[in-house]
Amino acid sequence: MEEKRVMIDADHVTIRFNLANQKVDNLKEYFIKLLKKELMFQEFLAVKDVSFRVHAGEAWGLIGRNGSGKSTMLKAISGILKPYRGTVTVNGSVAPLIELGAGFDPEMTARENIFLNGCVLGHSEKFMREHFDEIVEFAELQDFLDSPIKNYSSGMRARLGFAVATMVQPEILIVDEILAVGDYKFRQKCEKRMTQMLSGGTTLLYVSHSIDEVRRLCDHALWIDKGVARMQGEVNQVCDAYMADVKK
Amino acid sequence: MNQPRNHLTGFVREFWKYRDLLKQLVSRDIKLKYRRSWLGYVWSVLNPLLIMVVMTIVFSTMFSRNIANFPVYLFCGQLLFNFMNTSTHQAIFSITGNGALLKKTYVPKYIFTLSKITSGMVDLVFSLGALVIVIAVTRAPVTWYALLAPFVIMQLYVFCVGLGLFLAQANVFFRDIQYIYNAVTTAWMYLTPIFYPIEALPEQISWIIRHFNPMYFYVGQFRDLIYYGRMPGAGIAAAGWITAALMLIIGIWSFSRSKDRFILYI
Repeated sequence: MEEKRVMIDADHVTIRFNLANQKVDNLKEYFIKLLKKELMFQEFLAVKDVSFRVHAGEAWGLIGRNGSGKSTMLKAISGILKPYRGTVTVNGSVAPLIELGAGFDPEMTARENIFLNGCVLGHSEKFMREHFDEIVEFAELQDFLDSPIKNYSSGMRARLGFAVATMVQPEILIVDEILAVGDYKFRQKCEKRMTQMLSGGTTLLYVSHSIDEVRRLCDHALWIDKGVARMQGEVNQVCDAYMADVKK
Repeated sequence: MNQPRNHLTGFVREFWKYRDLLKQLVSRDIKLKYRRSWLGYVWSVLNPLLIMVVMTIVFSTMFSRNIANFPVYLFCGQLLFNFMNTSTHQAIFSITGNGALLKKTYVPKYIFTLSKITSGMVDLVFSLGALVIVIAVTRAPVTWYALLAPFVIMQLYVFCVGLGLFLAQANVFFRDIQYIYNAVTTAWMYLTPIFYPIEALPEQISWIIRHFNPMYFYVGQFRDLIYYGRMPGAGIAAAGWITAALMLIIGIWSFSRSKDRFILYI
């Protein structure tokens, strides 16, 4: 087997989270918490000591129950969160699709938002002008370009977000359960674009609760349970083990 | 995307990559401000003009005896103080207000703070149009020294960026800042000679203001150039630059020290 480039190297990653428990019953407790510095910060380890390595061209599915730390892991890889312990090394450009249209301003029109969102993703205005038509065409929103985004449905917003985020072929594509809102036809279209990117050499990290989608798109899987990596390896093996555990 | 090893080149490269984002954010602020209003951008000149008229009517009855051409005197102070006041008040929320976005994508966080101060600055430039109108209407004499005014505005901009960065990061951990700062700026306004002459104050207070109020450095220089038509003293100019640089250093230092922990608190 040829030696492939390591795209993502997560080495014993532990990620801290702020639970910020707001329940304070009396003044005494308030001061105790204030002194213990727990008032604004309560530690919670969302991911505990997870290691895995993704090589170029691989497609990994992250599976696990709600709140098990899958999205947190993705955020560490996209650079949004810093790991508390351990390191994440990423070699290549990342397109994080963690929430579609997170950078949209509801008061601005779709046209303005395409530019704003593109710049949020680190593109230049010139680059956005060149790809503008392509984005609009993919999102199929030609008729609504000049109305404010606040009048859009969540599905329309997701389409626009997906179109902007996948306009370039990134080296690493991170997808977090974003296609749940689109209609059937658009989901097909998105899946097609992702498969195209995969065959073009893009590395994929995919979070979904649809095990069928994971099996279809990915070749490897990582099963995270309550922040701990339970199993990793070939996609069908991991998915089978996960399904067996869920049904238990 | 991990932080590059070399801080400065990494910083410059990242800023260059996101320069268009700064432009977009500033133009968004300006576009949205007057969207759906009838007069649109005219308001950015009209608004300071109207406030100036009101304040002139109110205060000229109290102080006009010692101040010639009160409208221009007032406006010079009012414009600069207003810029500092609104832009830093906006900057306080620049991190907490964009929490949803910062949780979902990687963006250099200071861009949001910088964009708020910069939009305030664009507003200030619009208001300078109003100042020109007031000068023309009152037939105030203008000298070549007025051309040096951009340097004073530059000092104030640097000062505000520093202050904004400091406040924005502090507000993430300590939301009470936004309320405390309200009281601070109110006191600050009365302690800055905007609508009264500095000579009206008792000697001790005047001495403190002349030495420790940064806004006095900027308003004082600006007034020298526009209102008195003379070169500001070397002392006040140096104080302005040094304070701006110090504030910027404090801002950058406090912001970069805490920026990785923002995400846990927003």
